[in-house]
Amino acid sequence: MESETKSHVDQLQSPTGYPVAVLRFTGDISSTSKEAVLGAYEALPRETTKLILLDFTKVDYINSSGIALVIQLLIQAAHSGQTVCAFGLSAHFTKVFTMVGITKYARLFPSQTEALAAL
Amino acid sequence: MTDPKTTTVEVRLPTKMGYEKVAMSTAASVAKLMGFPEDRIEDLKTAVAEACINAIEHGNRLNEKLSVGVVLRADNDELEVKVLDDGRGISSKPVKPDIDRKMHGDEDARGMGMFLIQALVDEAEWVTGSDGKSSYVRLVIKLNKQAA
Repeated sequence: MESETKSHVDQLQSPTGYPVAVLRFTGDISSTSKEAVLGAYEALPRETTKLILLDFTKVDYINSSGIALVIQLLIQAAHSGQTVCAFGLSAHFTKVFTMVGITKYARLFPSQTEALAAL
Repeated sequence: MTDPKTTTVEVRLPTKMGYEKVAMSTAASVAKLMGFPEDRIEDLKTAVAEACINAIEHGNRLNEKLSVGVVLRADNDELEVKVLDDGRGISSKPVKPDIDRKMHGDEDARGMGMFLIQALVDEAEWVTGSDGKSSYVRLVIKLNKQAA
């Protein structure tokens, strides 16, 4: 019944020349999304990945279990000294992410361009 | 006797993760018919989703022999949604998630559903059935209030 979460990674460069890994998610993010979210993150080369963007542009639905997976990703990233930002959330889910405090550990941006410019 | 100005919609969901989306769509449709603005409808959808997920996962303990009842009552100026399950109800009140504690591993990353429900609607009430095995959460959004 749930729309399966799909993810893929793009390697970009920030305007200042730093490599950025963009994790792009599609579908719903819920309790069944562990492999798509954490699996995709854990597959990134930890030593060379310092800047990470999470792309939620094509995500329609995130429930509290999905938000918990994002928090688990942020925890692992913090332990690895990585900076994580996100973009593409709807106004509603930007509000929800802010309510639960995620913005304290990951900045949110409306678009990829704005997110890259801030790195 | 039902007030003629009140409209009731009832949905029965299977106890399967994912079917909360049926309740979300139904609640959104009723709210739209009532004239709620889009941002308020999004608040309601998330609250209903979390309530249904709790009913499926915790109330009915993923027992597919049970079902989750969703009753929507549309009044002149408010929409009430009740989500019913066969569980014993909640044992503690919703707690605001502490992101710092979660990030430091001192609090489970999960467990934000009840907080979101309470934060996104105008009224949220958890009720345990008198028989000890049926419970519901009652959510209300009012037409004249702004979004969270």
